[in-house]
Amino acid sequence: MMNKLIFGRYIPGESVVHHMDPRAKLLLSFYFIGIIFIANNWPTYVLLFAFTLAAIYLSGVKWSFFINGVKPLIWLILFTVILQVLFSASGGHVYFQWGIITISQLGLINGVYIFCRFVLIIFMSTLLTLTTPPLELSDAIEYLLMPLRAVHFPVYEVALMLSIALRFVPTLMDETEKIMNAQRARGVDFGEGNIFQQMRAVVPLLIPLFVSSFNRAEDLATAMEARGYQGGEGRSKFRILKWHARDTWATGCFAVLTIALIFLRG
Amino acid sequence: MSPIINVEHLDYRYPQQAADQLTLHDISFTVMPGEWVAIVGHNGSGKSTLAKNLNGLLAPAAGKITVDGQVLSETTVWDIRKKIGMVFQNPDNQFVGATVEDDVAFSLENQGIPRPEMLTRVRAALAQVNMQDFATREPARLSGGQKQRVALAGMIAARPQILILDEATSMLDPRGRQEVLTTIREMKANSALTVLSITHDIDEAASANRVLVINDGEVKEEGTPAEIFQHGESLIKMGLDMPYAERLKAALKRLGVQVPTQYLTEKGMADWLWQLRSNK
Repeated sequence: MMNKLIFGRYIPGESVVHHMDPRAKLLLSFYFIGIIFIANNWPTYVLLFAFTLAAIYLSGVKWSFFINGVKPLIWLILFTVILQVLFSASGGHVYFQWGIITISQLGLINGVYIFCRFVLIIFMSTLLTLTTPPLELSDAIEYLLMPLRAVHFPVYEVALMLSIALRFVPTLMDETEKIMNAQRARGVDFGEGNIFQQMRAVVPLLIPLFVSSFNRAEDLATAMEARGYQGGEGRSKFRILKWHARDTWATGCFAVLTIALIFLRG
Repeated sequence: MSPIINVEHLDYRYPQQAADQLTLHDISFTVMPGEWVAIVGHNGSGKSTLAKNLNGLLAPAAGKITVDGQVLSETTVWDIRKKIGMVFQNPDNQFVGATVEDDVAFSLENQGIPRPEMLTRVRAALAQVNMQDFATREPARLSGGQKQRVALAGMIAARPQILILDEATSMLDPRGRQEVLTTIREMKANSALTVLSITHDIDEAASANRVLVINDGEVKEEGTPAEIFQHGESLIKMGLDMPYAERLKAALKRLGVQVPTQYLTEKGMADWLWQLRSNK
């Protein structure tokens, strides 16, 4: 079940995109989602697609991963596109009209634009998560949250929480699997019956998982304390992020893209 | 030479216990620098509670603990924790770092050690436990024995004077156990490390210079492994397995063979058997 999930998965690789600073990748991905909304005509969308596909090509990740990334969201996208097509204000040539439903040239074009936007956003965010290990992402988030220390936001603690949470995800998944099998061996049916029966079947999975999480938390806290953890202040850091020339180049590319988009905008 | 650990009349009671029920009662012992002391006892005898008292994870109800000349108190607890490295039972639950090298560096980060020194120490520590090829691995992709070796590497990097093993090998298979024990012996050979191991494992107890037997929160016996292993079948009551030579002796005794009463190592037992046949 979890193997099908593309979001949040990391595909190891040695490409330029993989070796970029996670801060640069995170910021540029968000920036890209912002500048998508500058585009409002065909040349701008073609440019954005060309840019995204070039980035994907550089990463060396298989295309199928990106297609699979879009798949789970396809119904949401189609739903939005259809609403847009059917209910947008009429403009240009009107092909069909019935009550409040209007299919017009403008509506169709808007629908296609929205489809493009969704696909671009999903491609770019998939590229971010596929090429960046979760650990680096959490480092990047920690770094980017640093300014919030001025308002007494516990940045170190949040970063530690994030890194411990990420570290325990596979451990807890294994445990979930084990408890499920243990309960199955004792006659619990998971995923069968009506919705209420299914919900009740989850209880013998959830409660042991909860209790064991508490035990783990207790053990981990003891181990951390025994190893001299006294809170975030006064700690040195083992992992540091380095900004390379390629990150500056990538930022430059995005700047050129932005200028081109503004120029081509209708 | 003055003892590195000195425990005097230690009492401990968990908060939920009644006033007359003590988990630890009047425990006194000393450990000399460079010594390997094994603490044995059956489940619930208070061994782990004792270990947690030694570095201030639990606060004793009465008594005094002195570590390397410092009396354990609220002001000295962090200094004392720097001197004591602890490895716990569950390899998964004590792995703090997201990768092997992060975990080894965790204690160093806490001490505020500058990064260049951390890098060299982490690399050296991983090489010592033979895990240098796994430096960037995540814990989910390691075996139990490997995780415990990483925990040991974390201790090597932090350079404590005392290493406390709180049943550190109890969740490992025989091979993982051997790996961890070999690493500890090497650590001890390379530095003047004092080891306090809480264990049910006969090999671990046999590696020690001295064995403390704890029962119902009290020190019942103290002696060299050879002295303790003489107890034969009553070892099982102490929470230890019987050594192979003792089991063989017991089996021979049942067959009516006169066996020596003192403890023999496996080699000693083999020599004795050879002599037994040749005397006839």
